[in-house]
Amino acid sequence: MSLIVTQGLTKTYGGRVTALHDLTVSVEPGIIGLVGANGAGKSTFIKILLGLIPPSGGGVRVFDIDPTVDPDRVRAKVGYMPEHDALPPDVSAAEFVTHLGRISGLPRTAARERASEALRHVGLYEERYRQIGGYSTGMKQRVKLAQALVHDPDLLLLDEPTNGLDPAGRDAMLALIHRIGTEFGISVVVCSHLLGEVERICDSLVAIEGGRLLRADRISAMTEASDVLAVEVSEGMEELAEALTRLGLPAQADGRLLLVPLDREDTYDRILQAVADLDLPLHRLDQRRHRVAELFAPRETADV
Amino acid sequence: MSEASVIHDIGYQRYTGPRLGRGAVFGAMYVHGLRAAFGLGRSAKAKIFPWLVVGIVTLVAVILAAVRSQTGIVPLTYLGFADAMSWLIIFFAAIVAPELVSRDMRAGVLPLYFSRPLRAADYVGAKVAAMVTAIWALLAVPQFIMFLGAAFTTKNGMSDVWDELGDLLPGWGYSLLWALLFTGIGLLIASLTGKRAFAAGGIVAVFLMTTPVVGVLSILPSSDAQQLAGLASPMTLISGVGQWLIPTANSGMNVGNFGPVYAIEAVTLIAACLLLLLARYRRVAAL
Repeated sequence: MSLIVTQGLTKTYGGRVTALHDLTVSVEPGIIGLVGANGAGKSTFIKILLGLIPPSGGGVRVFDIDPTVDPDRVRAKVGYMPEHDALPPDVSAAEFVTHLGRISGLPRTAARERASEALRHVGLYEERYRQIGGYSTGMKQRVKLAQALVHDPDLLLLDEPTNGLDPAGRDAMLALIHRIGTEFGISVVVCSHLLGEVERICDSLVAIEGGRLLRADRISAMTEASDVLAVEVSEGMEELAEALTRLGLPAQADGRLLLVPLDREDTYDRILQAVADLDLPLHRLDQRRHRVAELFAPRETADV
Repeated sequence: MSEASVIHDIGYQRYTGPRLGRGAVFGAMYVHGLRAAFGLGRSAKAKIFPWLVVGIVTLVAVILAAVRSQTGIVPLTYLGFADAMSWLIIFFAAIVAPELVSRDMRAGVLPLYFSRPLRAADYVGAKVAAMVTAIWALLAVPQFIMFLGAAFTTKNGMSDVWDELGDLLPGWGYSLLWALLFTGIGLLIASLTGKRAFAAGGIVAVFLMTTPVVGVLSILPSSDAQQLAGLASPMTLISGVGQWLIPTANSGMNVGNFGPVYAIEAVTLIAACLLLLLARYRRVAAL
């Protein structure tokens, strides 16, 4: 069964502003990246899926349920994490998530148990008894994720879950989302304007721009088999590129990163050796898939 | 050995238990609102004002009951008690209404509520019910203390207790009317702003500004104008309805033959406030 199916979905505000235009897409369960620049219509799309706003035209089905007709049944199966701040400062995370569990229809004890489970899964342990007002941005994002998980949905809709997080926080949040999608058996739609971020964890991508569908496909169909290594050094990038080329590793500069094809087993070691020889401060060395960004419009690439 | 050891599965567990319907969700929302009204489950700071008001009205009721039992004089009837406490109720409403609705708006919690099987009408209904209950309890409990004081010092046994109960029940009904009107106006004003201080100020202002209007109208030479003067302020409006329904109320209001006008305005005002509140949240829920 398809997770989300839309047919010619259109949403215009006041007859002038078009948020979504003739969007036809069919999404299979898994981790889905919904990518588009700010204002591309991602949030509008999510609100239509939740039955919060009616579409101006076309049809939409989530779990084969029409959210415009039967929003309660859809919402019972869906957890939503909004983009903006959504937490009261003067209660504890445990209490707040329990309350929202009850609003999702869980009985009192079940809500309390599932709230502490959900908070544990997102990595909040003893902190959960403290007031949310004292939390860091990363912890608040985790609470927002926990409240979306508390009623055990079959689908999570995450609107910009890495917003405002530092690089380490982003990686942790993405790893968490990946775990939810793979180990928990819950499908996830991740909205983001950062393609490079979601392509790391998603099975499929839906790219929209200006309310129109750009492309929707499985990541595997979009990427080449060959992987690349991204190397980031805080200085001496040119020297490193030269050194790598001399070693037979064609390094390509991409912003502050050097991209090196990962075609041999010792590529990692040779790069590390080259960095060590030049005595450069290495920021990161990680594997990434090959240029999904190139499949999208130039504007998208610029965002990566 | 290794077969006997228990492996604790700390992986994700799916939930297979019952999922309750809208009624239970409404109930959870109502209880949450009622607790919030008295600062339960909140910091000590949130408890100060509600419990200060509760303390004062209870103390007044105890004193009234004591005076009555010692001297036999009835300083205030049940209705008179509600009238006398009206400024404290405004104070209470100005604290509770922002706590119930402005807070959610300020923190941006509404999208989390409305992405769940909770309708705008459920949200508004639960908040209104919680605040009506809170204000009603604020008056009804002290009234009950007064009743107990009277019942235990009665001279003619059960028949006096029954008479007293006959006074208490209309008093409770009158308190409910107060609660409905203050809830309607209070929540409507509070739902317009996320800033608690503005909401509280706005609520007090509505009652504060309308009182002088009544004062001016009630000294006009026309007796009709005097009798209709109470319509201008929510507080005198309720007193007027009470005076019309229970002529022995002795509230100092003279409503003449205009009692029904007072009743109609009160009902219309309450209904209008609640409908506007619902309309407001219908819009908010879609965002």
